[in-house]
Amino acid sequence: MGAGRSRADTIFKALVLVFASSIVALTLIFFYELTTGSSHTLGEGFAFITSSTWGGSIGNFYGVLPAIYGSVVTSAIALLIGVPVSLGVAVFLSELSPGRLRAPVSFIVELLAAVPSVVYGLWGIFIMVPFLTHNIYPFFQAHLGFLPIFQGYSTGQLPMASILDGGVVLAIMIIPIVSSISRDALQAVPDSQREAAYALGATRSEAIRISVLSYARSGILASIFLGLGRAFGETIAVAMVVGDTPRLTSSLFSPGYTLASLIVTQFTEATGAAYISALVEAGLVLLIVVFFTNIVARYLIGRLTKSREAASYL
Amino acid sequence: MKSRRFFMDKVLISLACLSVVIAIVPLASILYYVTVRGLPAINLDFFTKLPPIPVPGAVGGLGNAIQGTLILVGLAACIGLPFGVLSGVYISEYGRNFYGRTVRFLGDVLIGNPSIVVGILGFTLLVQPLHGDNLAAGVFALSVIMIPIVSITTAEALNLVPNSIREASAALGIRKWRTSLLVVSNAKSGVATGALLATARVMGESAPLILTIGISTQWYSGPTAPLASLTYYIYYFGTSGLQNWVDLAWGAAFLLIVMIIGINLAVRLLTRGRRAYA
Amino acid sequence: MLSEKLETAHGIYTQGEAPRNVSAEPKVEVRQLSAFYGKKQALYDIDLAIESNQVTAVIGPSGCGKSTLIRCLNRMHELVPDASVRGQVLLDGADIYGESLDPADIRRRIGMVFQKPNPFPNMSIADNVVAGLKLNGIRDKGRLEESAKRSLQRVYLWDEVKDELKRSGASLSGGQQQRLCIARALAIEPEVILMDEPCSALDPTATAKIEELITELKAQYTVVIVTHNMQQASRVADYTAFMYLGKLIEYDQTTAIFENPKEQLTERYITGKFG
Repeated sequence: MGAGRSRADTIFKALVLVFASSIVALTLIFFYELTTGSSHTLGEGFAFITSSTWGGSIGNFYGVLPAIYGSVVTSAIALLIGVPVSLGVAVFLSELSPGRLRAPVSFIVELLAAVPSVVYGLWGIFIMVPFLTHNIYPFFQAHLGFLPIFQGYSTGQLPMASILDGGVVLAIMIIPIVSSISRDALQAVPDSQREAAYALGATRSEAIRISVLSYARSGILASIFLGLGRAFGETIAVAMVVGDTPRLTSSLFSPGYTLASLIVTQFTEATGAAYISALVEAGLVLLIVVFFTNIVARYLIGRLTKSREAASYL
Repeated sequence: MKSRRFFMDKVLISLACLSVVIAIVPLASILYYVTVRGLPAINLDFFTKLPPIPVPGAVGGLGNAIQGTLILVGLAACIGLPFGVLSGVYISEYGRNFYGRTVRFLGDVLIGNPSIVVGILGFTLLVQPLHGDNLAAGVFALSVIMIPIVSITTAEALNLVPNSIREASAALGIRKWRTSLLVVSNAKSGVATGALLATARVMGESAPLILTIGISTQWYSGPTAPLASLTYYIYYFGTSGLQNWVDLAWGAAFLLIVMIIGINLAVRLLTRGRRAYA
Repeated sequence: MLSEKLETAHGIYTQGEAPRNVSAEPKVEVRQLSAFYGKKQALYDIDLAIESNQVTAVIGPSGCGKSTLIRCLNRMHELVPDASVRGQVLLDGADIYGESLDPADIRRRIGMVFQKPNPFPNMSIADNVVAGLKLNGIRDKGRLEESAKRSLQRVYLWDEVKDELKRSGASLSGGQQQRLCIARALAIEPEVILMDEPCSALDPTATAKIEELITELKAQYTVVIVTHNMQQASRVADYTAFMYLGKLIEYDQTTAIFENPKEQLTERYITGKFG
């Protein structure tokens, strides 16, 4: 296929190679910089993630356990609520939707992804949290209040930041990514599989269950990992609704931290090498966790041999 | 037994349709409230005046924030787009080897990188050495967010161009580098779509800016000073508790949403009915 | 003209010239069936009577509508968006397109095997066979195991896979997969089995095994097979229907069709002049 080398060819190839290598370079730089940037606190070893002591501007020992707890719990809530909804949307778009509804509905889901994080936060503070506090949380308190996770709410209290709020906002924010990747996975299932199920007398939902959902398992799993990574790394929207109390409690109604919200709320005030280093190390933990979940997800997707549209959002 | 299966079928299908409704409700709510609370704040002052002092009733605008956002996004695009498009060209046209696949894989993974981590990188690389918030750090952070997105969308757009075009070009004796440019021009709309969407995305970024360029109550004052941005102001004013500030935050949110959704709509309309390449 | 010829085709069996069991009701009766993809018509007023416990083959050149016809017999045609049907298909005298009828029920009684074997790859061989039973609410492990064994024995697959029942359904060879799909269809005890070119993706040895199986199956079931291979039709089928461009041209006992076709079009197809 080649048409012979020329100097222009060589230069161009070198050019694109160099520019593309920026991606590899960036990956390495991320890890390098965040590791060296946390040199002051790396010495703490694993105590960094197991301890709750936070030195703040005066101390010199920092533990991010409450933040990790917050990240884990908010992400878990996000997945618990967001994944079923996303799967429902994916199944709708892939298997159930009449042709003319498909474009508008998928556009709406794309718009969910386009809303900036800070606008989610603003809406969260002024609209979502008051709504949930007045209309939804009382039910949890009334019917499930015996569970420790649902304690700590008093009827009629003023809306305040809480872990549950953080989880709900995250659930909404992960819908686009989880539903779009799942939908790709569902659409990649060959029609012959669906036919096999129908020919056995399956109803629509049965056919979807046995022929499509199980075939698309790894793609759906990939979408869940991507959603997890997104939820774990989301910063501003969560920071605005989750509060900033570095306290470990079991109640979902109390405020908390996530790794990301910790970093963003304290970074501007951080002084002193150790304080900054602690925040950078928190970032390193975040980087490692999200990087890992994304690698697993992309590996699973790599096994799906479908090519995606050029304009797929992310 | 049989009618139970029939019933379950109806229930499950209704649940799927219900989830679509559940997904739409927050979007509708956001668009509604942003418009209802933000539109009133949009007037000439909003575009031309500086932010008001933190005193109830003080008036002002967010002109500097609008200016700052435009400067930041514009400069970030100047770096992010060339790097992204050329990387995409590499991945698609020259990268059919292990290194190319690695670049592609890392690009996909980097897309999901938390933006706060990008902010930290901008801080350690450019803020700390220069002892203070500065423009370069902010632009750097935003471009770092753009590059993986543009690379992958470009690579995918180029992938969709049929091989017959490359072969025809080669058979005419055209050099590979010109063939690649030909492929790019055939994928114009796909590449442009990716570029526009990436730009819309960084327009809405806030966390990295908090760590790299800070916030300013003045107009653009040079590359070594903090710079105002719409997103930071939404965060700063939105969480302040002052009514006049909160109103301006809604206004900024409205403006931002209009710009971003406008870009998304334009992209959708431009590519509707066309194939994904050319 | 053409309508005359169709009438003649219709008349061939009602005049009692050839088929046995003419006193018994046909198992499946197709009446004035037309099928559409959107506005495009694919079948034109088909009249056909499928006899019980016989193998009926549908032959014809590509695009003649034989696949469409067979898919109308178990209401799979309507799964295609914008597809529609006019006319009747009677199973034991009752129209399967009746108002209140659920297609899923029909498909339980009229099973189907496809051109390309399509076992469920995420299920084991055993689970594949009983997939239809499970859908119908049968959970008893003993019954399921027994049914799986019986079905696999009937398709002569049992001895080959009995030690590997847990393996994925997709791990078998093409011919074995197709037999697995037949076992899966048999497990729910249908009355009619439709086969859409079941051997076209298989090698000659596998094909021979399946053809043998088909002739055995008719003792218990009514079989309708679509094939583009005329020799196959003459080997396995008792009756053969020849279609062309969406119309039924001729329908008769297989020996009559191949040795003494009444339509010129049939004769030309049989002797290989087209298609």
